[in-house]
Amino acid sequence: MIKVENLDVVYGSKDKSNHVVRGVSFAVSRGETLGIVGESGCGKSTVLRSLAGLEGAWTGSISFDGKPVGKVRTRDELKLAQMVFQDPYGSLHPRHRIGTALAEPIRSMGAGDGWTRVAEALQQVGLPAHFASRFPHELSGGQRQRVAIARALILSPPILLLDEPTSALDVSIQAEVLNLLADQREERNLTFILVSHDLSVISHMCDRVLVMQNGVFVDELTRQDLQAGVTHASYSRELFEASFL
Amino acid sequence: MIYWTRAMPDLDQTPVLSVRDLNVRFGRNSIPAVCNVSFDVGRERIGIVGESGSGKSTTGRAIMRLLPQRAGVTAERMDFLGSPLLEKTERQMGGLRGKDIALIMQDPRYSLNPVLTIGKQVAEAAKLHLGVGGKDAVARARDMLARVRINDPDRVLSLYPHQISGGMGQRVMIAMMLLARPKLVIADEPTSALDVSVRKDVLMLLDELVRENNSGLILISHDIRMVAAFCERILVMYNGRVVETLSRLEDAAHPYTRGLIAAMPDPKHPVRRLKVLDRKSIEVETNP
Repeated sequence: MIKVENLDVVYGSKDKSNHVVRGVSFAVSRGETLGIVGESGCGKSTVLRSLAGLEGAWTGSISFDGKPVGKVRTRDELKLAQMVFQDPYGSLHPRHRIGTALAEPIRSMGAGDGWTRVAEALQQVGLPAHFASRFPHELSGGQRQRVAIARALILSPPILLLDEPTSALDVSIQAEVLNLLADQREERNLTFILVSHDLSVISHMCDRVLVMQNGVFVDELTRQDLQAGVTHASYSRELFEASFL
Repeated sequence: MIYWTRAMPDLDQTPVLSVRDLNVRFGRNSIPAVCNVSFDVGRERIGIVGESGSGKSTTGRAIMRLLPQRAGVTAERMDFLGSPLLEKTERQMGGLRGKDIALIMQDPRYSLNPVLTIGKQVAEAAKLHLGVGGKDAVARARDMLARVRINDPDRVLSLYPHQISGGMGQRVMIAMMLLARPKLVIADEPTSALDVSVRKDVLMLLDELVRENNSGLILISHDIRMVAAFCERILVMYNGRVVETLSRLEDAAHPYTRGLIAAMPDPKHPVRRLKVLDRKSIEVETNP
């Protein structure tokens, strides 16, 4: 479903350049959930942003569903992958009502004004339809993250890119959001890439995990590895031990 | 380093802090933010856990008397080393804060002054609380930074907060707060802004220094497993009340505590769906 080869991201130029992602390659099959873990600054979010088309400075090749995509995406390419961001407070426009925020992707894709699908989208993520007339500040953090997920799903993309979707939430709310994501994955046969620094969230959600350090993948763990606590690199061992006190 | 070796273990076993029926109410709000909270802190580590809005931070701030004017704080007893905190004047509290009771907050980016160097800020703590001047204060700041395992303290002394990482910033905060060897340390989510990989180091360091000073620690967090790993006792708060006091997670009996534990994904015991809190049954249990 997703194929990435030799993805390189460099910020700045010449002597001031910062090589953030160093030639990573990976593939994700349809319906699979891939996790990427690593500490802040290792380049995991940059990989995700390149996939979403938010990053302009990448080289290499990215293809969705067998078709290579460029730096500037067409509408059809954008419809393939949607992103959910970390901070539900920052990712919703504070002065747009929830309905406006949810109809926005449909409007910008030129598929009508989208209002007719708002109620349905809200119900799918377990929120009442009358929330459409509310503003983001009238919602709790968990409810806002649900809206962000509804907004990402409203174009029915086959791929969902999740950048730390629950790290701003309480554990009890995190469980609700993770369950919602798992349900949607089952219902729509979605392909996920989940970026997080929380190994317990990753191992709950993912079939396969890539451990990232300084812009490269240093380890790959399967679900069985995670359950048994098996690691193949010293860095992932360290990360593992730090996560489970 | 000399003044650390001078520290003799204090064998006093009376509670550092004793709180009975603490109530906090904001404005004329009919629902109290903190309701009848009672606990004692000896020379030990206790943890307060709960979701956001459960009143755990408010409890910490009420002890420090840092809540705004409109917050009505009442308690049958809130004694720090035997003297009532609520009867102290603002001036007396100023003398206690930082010196005898220290508060470590969540994000070092917001709790350090962005326009002063690390050296100035840590030395200021030494000047204020230890009554030493100029060069001596800087020397103590350097010793303290070395104590929190910062490799080249001389370089860090001259840096500004934006030039250091979050983990190092939190170490600087710990250095600053524990420099005066306070009797009680309140750590309010000290690691939630940090990466998992540095979280453990920071907690270990905090634990080690608190043990060495023989002071009490209140660790406030939403992460029940982390708190359980570090504290001797855990207070579980829900809607401003302490619903349960535990010494081991396995003993959890209250549905809220069990719900919190079950809501955390555990890689060793994978489940297809995580349990979510059943708030109705918790409501029934807490207010029969």
